[in-house]
Amino acid sequence: MDTLFRSPLFGIMLSILAYGLGVLINRKTRCAAANPLLIAILLVIGVLVAFRIPLESYQRGGDFIALFLAPATASLAVSIYRQLPLLKKNLLPVLAGCGTGSLASMGSVWLLCRLFRLDEALTASLLPKSVTTPIAIEIASQYGGIPSITVAIVVLTGILGAAAAPALIRLFRIRNPVEAGLAIGTCSHAVGTSKALELGEAEGAMSSIAIGVSGLLTVLFAMIIG
Amino acid sequence: MKLLLQISILFGICWLGEAAASLLPLPIPASVIGMLLLFLLLLLLRGTKPVEELTGFLLKNMAFFFVPAGVGILGQSEVLRKNLLPLLTICVLTTLITFLVTAYTVRGVQYLQGRFAARKEAR
Repeated sequence: MDTLFRSPLFGIMLSILAYGLGVLINRKTRCAAANPLLIAILLVIGVLVAFRIPLESYQRGGDFIALFLAPATASLAVSIYRQLPLLKKNLLPVLAGCGTGSLASMGSVWLLCRLFRLDEALTASLLPKSVTTPIAIEIASQYGGIPSITVAIVVLTGILGAAAAPALIRLFRIRNPVEAGLAIGTCSHAVGTSKALELGEAEGAMSSIAIGVSGLLTVLFAMIIG
Repeated sequence: MKLLLQISILFGICWLGEAAASLLPLPIPASVIGMLLLFLLLLLLRGTKPVEELTGFLLKNMAFFFVPAGVGILGQSEVLRKNLLPLLTICVLTTLITFLVTAYTVRGVQYLQGRFAARKEAR
């Protein structure tokens, strides 16, 4: 029985089924908190724990899926390329907004980590939390963070941002779609972008631009500060 | 065949990204270099045709590829349990701060741009 679970096919199949279920639940409930990725992760963990399947066995399939992370990140270039006209038109606000937002994100994380006396590895894991997952993982690991914690925090951040966006927009009277989109994308990356797209095309476009620009700027800042 | 070709192009670019990352003295993530290289390629070719379907698929289902990374927290349950409250607090506060800083910066810059343009026209 163990050998069956050690097959990479098992890990792959379980992941796909869990994610499929996540997407289904998300569609049925239409709730931002019912994030497909979150549901999928919980389902897989649930199965592994319930059937006492060792993490390493699952990882044999998981590693195969993780192989596609780098190409998936590179694919962001396509979405930025498609938004080039919009980017050129709003270049200064985009750079300024994403720049200060990324700095604020890392700065506030660092300060609060100090406040709560979290160790260096944990701090490094949390620093890139507003950046899209593939980039966040690489930044975290380069500075001694723990990738799986980074993923958990990034997903949580994304869900939080997406869920809170409409309320925040109302509360702080953000009427400008460029402003809204950039804010959402900078703080909650791709998950937030899916919410931004619901709010409007301009918001969605600016949010996806923010993903790329904030990602790049965060890498840059981490290099300079690091 | 078409899909295989797109895979070879995209994976080839990522492979170049990894090579560049190991050679460069700067700590730039390989995936970011890959993204920049692909962007350059798209500019050169003036289009997304050579990788369109594959990147479309990857972008549309991007979240899926992070399931294994997320499941990995199973190995971190100790760390998470010990720090649950700080982690949640930090998450909520920093997300809020980031959102507001970005929004107000954009507002400020656009306001300044508007005033600059108005002054130019007044001349």
